Amino acid sequence: MNKSFLSGLILAVTASLTGAQTLRIGLAEDPDILDPTLARSFVGRIVFASLCDKLVDIDEKLNIVPQLATSYQWSADNKSLTLKLRSGVTFHDGEKFNAAAVKFNIERHKNLAGSNRRGELAPVTSVDVIDDLTAKINLSAPFSPLLSVLADRAGMMVSPKAAQANPANFGTKPVCSGPFRFVERVAQDRIVLERYPNYWNKAEIHFDKVTFQPIVDATVRLANLRSGQLDLIERVAPSDVDSIKADKKLSISRITELGYQGITINTGKSDLAQKNPLGRDPRVREAFELSLDRAGIVKVAMDGEAVAGNQWVPPDNAFYAKNVPIPKRDIPRAKALLKEAGVTNPTFTLMTSTTSDAQRVAQVVQAMAKEAGFDVKIQTTEFATSLNLADKGQFDAYLLAWSGRADPDGNLFSFYGCKQPLNYSGECRPQWDDLLNRSRSTLNTADRIKVFATLAAESDRERPIIYLYHRNWLYASTKKLSGMRPIPDGLVRVQGLKM
Amino acid sequence: MLHYLLKRLAAIVPTIFFVTIIIFGLQQLLPGDPAMILAGEDQDPTVIAYLQKKMHLDEPLPVRYAYWIAGVFQGDLGESLRIQQPVLELIKDKLPVTLELAAIAMLIALTIGIPAGIVSAVAKDTVWDYAANMVALWGLSTPNFWLGILLILVFSVSLGWLPASGYVSPFEDLKANLAAMIMPAFVLGNAIAAVLMRHTRSAMLQVLNADYVRTARAKGLDERTVVLKHALRNALTPIITLGALEFGTLLSGAVLTEQVFSIPGFGKLIVDAVFNRDYAVVQGVVLFTSSVYIVLNLLADLAYFFVNPRLRG
Repeated sequence: MNKSFLSGLILAVTASLTGAQTLRIGLAEDPDILDPTLARSFVGRIVFASLCDKLVDIDEKLNIVPQLATSYQWSADNKSLTLKLRSGVTFHDGEKFNAAAVKFNIERHKNLAGSNRRGELAPVTSVDVIDDLTAKINLSAPFSPLLSVLADRAGMMVSPKAAQANPANFGTKPVCSGPFRFVERVAQDRIVLERYPNYWNKAEIHFDKVTFQPIVDATVRLANLRSGQLDLIERVAPSDVDSIKADKKLSISRITELGYQGITINTGKSDLAQKNPLGRDPRVREAFELSLDRAGIVKVAMDGEAVAGNQWVPPDNAFYAKNVPIPKRDIPRAKALLKEAGVTNPTFTLMTSTTSDAQRVAQVVQAMAKEAGFDVKIQTTEFATSLNLADKGQFDAYLLAWSGRADPDGNLFSFYGCKQPLNYSGECRPQWDDLLNRSRSTLNTADRIKVFATLAAESDRERPIIYLYHRNWLYASTKKLSGMRPIPDGLVRVQGLKM
Repeated sequence: MLHYLLKRLAAIVPTIFFVTIIIFGLQQLLPGDPAMILAGEDQDPTVIAYLQKKMHLDEPLPVRYAYWIAGVFQGDLGESLRIQQPVLELIKDKLPVTLELAAIAMLIALTIGIPAGIVSAVAKDTVWDYAANMVALWGLSTPNFWLGILLILVFSVSLGWLPASGYVSPFEDLKANLAAMIMPAFVLGNAIAAVLMRHTRSAMLQVLNADYVRTARAKGLDERTVVLKHALRNALTPIITLGALEFGTLLSGAVLTEQVFSIPGFGKLIVDAVFNRDYAVVQGVVLFTSSVYIVLNLLADLAYFFVNPRLRG
């Protein structure tokens, strides 16, 4: 009796000395379903980063780094990818992670009703189990973005046993193989994860629990951090950066996103395109672009917390097309172009979402374009409605942000491909489709850069999307937290985080 | 009494039926395709088609209504397509939170509003009356979100006395629960206190001028008995209705406050559901709150019986 009491006491003391700690993270939204196959939101990916390991991951420089797969090898014809898997990895229910689990997961991503991964994995035809720790993914055609796709939700592995046991509601009790396992979720309140003791990389994990609390208002999220109820918050409002810098108890970290903020122009989505000079004439679109000062937009609308850009990837990205640099603002040239196009005072509607960031950007754009003679009418539209209007082509111009993918293909294919779901501009050009497919079929980076350079020059003539800037992912945390490693995908890697 | 009760109960059935049609109909008027918003940023056409089928969006309106109402009769309000949780379970989780918030807010409102209204009526045109009116005006004119953020900055960030936001179940830790609830409850209660104060004041002023109050005073009753027993009791009738309605409003109307304080209650549930076009959640929650509203109204009507003897005749 005494002995057990004593050992209990020792355990408790040891636990407190070693720091039985919880990492409390404040999220900007409530995540959607916690099933990597069905998940749709950016914020959900932040939770997955602690919960579900992926086959591979990306680092700060967007290199593919090992996670559940330790190495990979493309076949000579680039039509299959062989993955060597990490040994000794188990899922949170104790089941072994192996090649059969990889096959199960890829097939689940491809076949589960409502899967959001099906499109990402469309070129995957089958998965072969070579041996217990070797899996081969077979493709219908070479597909260079595959590794970056596997570094996201499509590469997340769930326990086949748990997924088969609870097929209808797996997302309510996800079982993966990440550093933390699922404990509970109270919708709109918290998601609680606890340390998985058998995690393969447990030396890098320094917390016993992670809680995620959705707090929509950025001011309140920050207040929670200041009052010590949270340790880390994501998506800090750019306007709060100065006050965080001045606070001795807090630190701030940032990295430029993979995505962009841009203005999509209806150039062929519906009849409306031909009714407006902006949609009808590329010279008017060029004039509109020349009326904008991107650095000014970043400074005024984003408090400097973004990087001005004119392409689908930020200027420091390896795939940025250097042959199409950011144009300088040139009002006389813009006016001359309008004159050449025979348009005086072109008027168009700029559809924006209701967020204050979007509205600020729209107002700055409106004021800048006015100097060149444009009359921009801002139409603030709730997001669900704006998506619908964009899909039907009921807009002139649409201010739209994209969260971005590690491979440029993820920022391009669905937007520029003919009849692709996110091609809101309606621009449909067979030669663009060819370029997009060529970029997919070659694995050579130098070749892909050339393809993107050609596409950049082509799209710069037509301007279906005028890219404005790439936001900084901003995180604030207590000074006590160390090891924060921002990655361009915006997700929080818990490995190495320490209090 | 029984006859009256039965009559009122019978009136509830068509009302609720009408409400279901309104809820369903209004929902259809919301612009945007719910399947598109639920499909997330990738907008995969196969996912959109799958969601449309799952939500019966490919069926005519009456059929969709029939699907929903048939489920409702079987106690099945559907499932949130966004997080895969049954709507009934969500209501079960969120209702106690909002009920507690509403109850504390109401308690604060009653404790401030009714005494302030009485004092202001009894001491009409004195400094007390002006002071009470000023406080009421402040309460009415202060936006909830502003007061909420101000309280957070003062009591959480500067003083560190109260948690900035979040919710702890009272069964887990009562002290932490009350600490988390006091600020949002005050923000909500404050506005209602102002309404109650204004109504109590005007009802009391009307009653205090009535003949029977003069008679009571003439009988030599002390002022305390006149005010509290004779006047207040009559003045309370409209205030009870108002209180019941305000309580109903609290159940669905705590939206901004719940958002600011990140209280996982009904308001937050419904706002998120509307923006995400999570139809089953919106319909389920609105139907539930409307039913509660209707029942509260009935209870208020019944309460008249006990407060006002004339109705009993």
